[in-house]
Amino acid sequence: MARSIKKGPFVDGHLLDKIDALNAANSKKVVRTWSRRSTIIPDMVGHTIAVHDGRKHVPVYITESMVGHKLGEFAPTRVFRFHAGQERQGRR
Amino acid sequence: MARIAGVDIPRDKRLEAALTYIYGVGDTTARTICAETGANPEARVRDLTDDEVNALRSWIDANLRVEGDLRREVAQDIRRKVEIGCYQGVRHRRGLPVRGQRTHTNGRTRKGPRRAVAGSKKKMARKH
Repeated sequence: MARSIKKGPFVDGHLLDKIDALNAANSKKVVRTWSRRSTIIPDMVGHTIAVHDGRKHVPVYITESMVGHKLGEFAPTRVFRFHAGQERQGRR
Repeated sequence: MARIAGVDIPRDKRLEAALTYIYGVGDTTARTICAETGANPEARVRDLTDDEVNALRSWIDANLRVEGDLRREVAQDIRRKVEIGCYQGVRHRRGLPVRGQRTHTNGRTRKGPRRAVAGSKKKMARKH
C-alpha cells in the first residue's frame, strides 16, 4: 500500500539536516549517507549523494526526474557478474 | 458498426464484454462506463442506437486514457525509469522481472525461452 499523502515524504532527519545545510551554504558537496530509505525530495536536486550499497558509497547525482523515488533504488545491493563458463557479451 | 476509441470494432457481444476489447478498459471500467452513460450492459453492441454509441464515445474521450495515449504513457514511464537508472529501470533494461519475483526458477515471461547452459543437465539429474 502506498504511503499516506497526509504524512508527506519520509526523509531521515540527519540527511535532511545535511541537505538543508548545503542549500543554506549554497555549496555542492558529496553527502555520504546510509539512509537508503529516504525519499528524494526536490531540495536534493542537483546534489550528489553517495548512497551506501552495503559495501561502499555509490555516488548518485540527483536529477529532477528522480524525485519521489528512494535513494536506495539507485544503489543496487547485488552485483551480478556472470556464470562460470559464460562468455561475456560485449554490451553495457 | 460500432467504432469506439479509435479502431476498436467489437460487435455481437454484450456491451459490457465488448468494451473490454479497448486497450485500457477492463471489466470494472466497462461496468463503470455502462453505469455512467446509462447504457444497458447486457445489450448486444449491434443493437445500440447511434445516440448510445455517441454517448459512450464522448464519455470515454472525456474521462479515460485508452489505446495509443495509454500505451505511450506506459512506454514513457518505463523509459523514464530506465533513464534515471533506478532499480526498476535496471530490471527493465536487463529484461528481468521488475516486481521482485524470484528468478532462480520461473520468470520465463520476461526472460524468454530457456538458454542452454553448459553442465545444467548434470545438475538436474542430481536433483531428481
